[in-house]
Amino acid sequence: MLTSKRLILAHFWLAFALFGLALLLGAWQMLIRSPLHAWISDPEWYYRSVTAHGTVMAYVFPTLVAMGFGYAISETTLEQPLIGRRWAWAGFALVLVGAVMAMIPVSLGLASVLYTFYPPLIGNPFYYIGVVLAVIGSWIWVALMSINLRAWKRANPGKPVPLPMFANVAGSYLWAWTAIGAALELLFQIIPVALGLKSTIDAGLARVLFSWTLHAIVYFWLFPTYIAYYTIVPRAIGGKIYSDAMARIAFVLFLVVAMPIGMHHTFADPQVGAGFKFIHSAFTALVALPTFLTVFTICASVEIAGRLRGGRGFFGWIAALPWRNPIMLAAAFSFVMLGFGGAGGLINMSYQLDTTIHNTQWITGHFHLIFGGAIVIMYFAIAYDLWPHLTGRPLASLGLMRAQLWLWFIGMMVTTFPWHWVGILGMPRRMAFFDYTSPALAPEAIYVTLSAAGGVILVLSGILFFAVLLRRQTAPRVEFEAYRFAVAVHPPAAVPAALNGYGLWLALMIGLTVSNYGFPIAQLALRADTSVPAVFVGGRE
Amino acid sequence: MTSQDLHDEGERVAARIERRWLILSIAIVVALAAIAAFAGIHQATMPQTRVETADPSRLHLAGEFVESNLGSAIEPDGSVTVRAIGQQYSFTPACLLVPTDTLVTFRATSADVVHGLIVEGTNINTMLVPGYVSALTVRFERPGDHLMPCQEFCGVGHEGMWAKVKVIDRADFLARAAERRRLTCVD
Repeated sequence: MLTSKRLILAHFWLAFALFGLALLLGAWQMLIRSPLHAWISDPEWYYRSVTAHGTVMAYVFPTLVAMGFGYAISETTLEQPLIGRRWAWAGFALVLVGAVMAMIPVSLGLASVLYTFYPPLIGNPFYYIGVVLAVIGSWIWVALMSINLRAWKRANPGKPVPLPMFANVAGSYLWAWTAIGAALELLFQIIPVALGLKSTIDAGLARVLFSWTLHAIVYFWLFPTYIAYYTIVPRAIGGKIYSDAMARIAFVLFLVVAMPIGMHHTFADPQVGAGFKFIHSAFTALVALPTFLTVFTICASVEIAGRLRGGRGFFGWIAALPWRNPIMLAAAFSFVMLGFGGAGGLINMSYQLDTTIHNTQWITGHFHLIFGGAIVIMYFAIAYDLWPHLTGRPLASLGLMRAQLWLWFIGMMVTTFPWHWVGILGMPRRMAFFDYTSPALAPEAIYVTLSAAGGVILVLSGILFFAVLLRRQTAPRVEFEAYRFAVAVHPPAAVPAALNGYGLWLALMIGLTVSNYGFPIAQLALRADTSVPAVFVGGRE
Repeated sequence: MTSQDLHDEGERVAARIERRWLILSIAIVVALAAIAAFAGIHQATMPQTRVETADPSRLHLAGEFVESNLGSAIEPDGSVTVRAIGQQYSFTPACLLVPTDTLVTFRATSADVVHGLIVEGTNINTMLVPGYVSALTVRFERPGDHLMPCQEFCGVGHEGMWAKVKVIDRADFLARAAERRRLTCVD
């Protein structure tokens, strides 16, 4: 039962509106640093745009999607009205106020430090405070998810927590814990300097704290996508989940192993020793495990649908799948992008191979393929699936939705594959301009142009996405049956206590974080000789 | 066989396939970590191992990064050490000179914000974090010119922060080194 439709719609609309703006900025960035455009006389505009694009896409857009989707999951799977709806609106307001507060100094060019902050560069304090407010708003959601689940468990002792809610709450806990790294960096290091209370900062410590957030945040973005794989896709195509227990194991594994691996972002850094770099590299290999399990379970679940639809033989079930169904199409595209992006990720996390591509355009290509591609295309699918139930109006045009998904897929491939390639050639990230007349850079020009063309395709897809949603706003209202998620072939009558709660997994998550981060952080925090003077941006002395 | 038996049999088969996949997945993960450990022990390209510090506000006053000590130096053991500084928005020296067929150690740090350096066409790729010294060793096989851009956002002038690495024949390098204590391209 969906009773908080306005609340959920508000989250999705704000998420997608900000996404649309940030998408335009991204395409503009691709264009001006390609050979198609002459040098912009003030490169500051470029970095201003990158800061806004990254801040919105990394902190605000996926967080709002996870929050809105989380409220929808809570109400539909627990079959109880959301407890604490006023608090939920307060959380939404905090995210909105935080996003606006952060974006004003960024728009004015007072905080062009990029979304990864990069101290000792220091921008306007309102940028950082805005980001903190948005995160606090999302923590209200974390608390509400926990409270709602607890109330349901009290009313339904011993019953298995519905899989979508089990995964949703796991994702919220992961977010609560992973956000703490950047929160420590902001509250104890950056904001005191930005406010003028301190003048020095340990840039090495800041990078380690940020890595605490930087990797697991990706899995937080991934949670709604994985929830959609497991619990929307099989239902939408007429199949069932192959295994409920394996799905739960995949989600709790993310909780445990997404955290103690972030230092693979610091392989090339001088402030971390080899031992912890290697430990984090080995743990990063472990994080492939829940994804391997997911690939198996989802392919098997989709095969069930194909065979139920009359598919025969080794590959016949693939042809029998409902390819005209947008959810089927989105899931297939998402898997292809996850496959390529995941293979690239194995290179990034490798203790040795990373040095070939560290901080090159390969990295930009990698996370756009995983996040912008595999993850965001399922956010579209979630919106398409949920929208009729939120607005009471049916899907207007499946053809338009398919065109949108195709364009997004093609756009992402055209954007990110050349990016990967120029990265291997050694092209650095985050530059406003390249001199393509230089013989050393000339071979890269054609690939950068291709990427920019991919950006245009993505904008077209974005326009179609809004067209699909807005056209539906004018369709006549109809009555839908209750929204529901996929169920397993063998729905569990009872599940082991470990897979019906989080105690063990949270203990492992915190314990492994302490063991893998405690010593490096303590060692850097206790050193007095590594703090360096802040360097202010935006005309501040 | 009743349909219930068929159903139970199906469930057993499904569970067995799933278990096999799980074992295969774990084997892949273990193999990945083992390959990384093996290569880590037996091959040269490795992340930096030790943590060393340098005060960015005193680099120009004393220590190994004073201006007169930057550039390439021949060590008693025949290897070469190259010292460089990154600052908004250039590297000093702007062109590094290194020999072929020699163990070359790069030692670099930042005088202000976070920078990075990547020598295009090689595996030399490291961060420069103010307060810390970055060090890595490498061997160049062929003479040639490489671009060396800053690979980390360091402020509005980041796009203009490019240096070069010039690799010359070892004999030529040694001849030049006989005349000067520290070498760069412009000497």
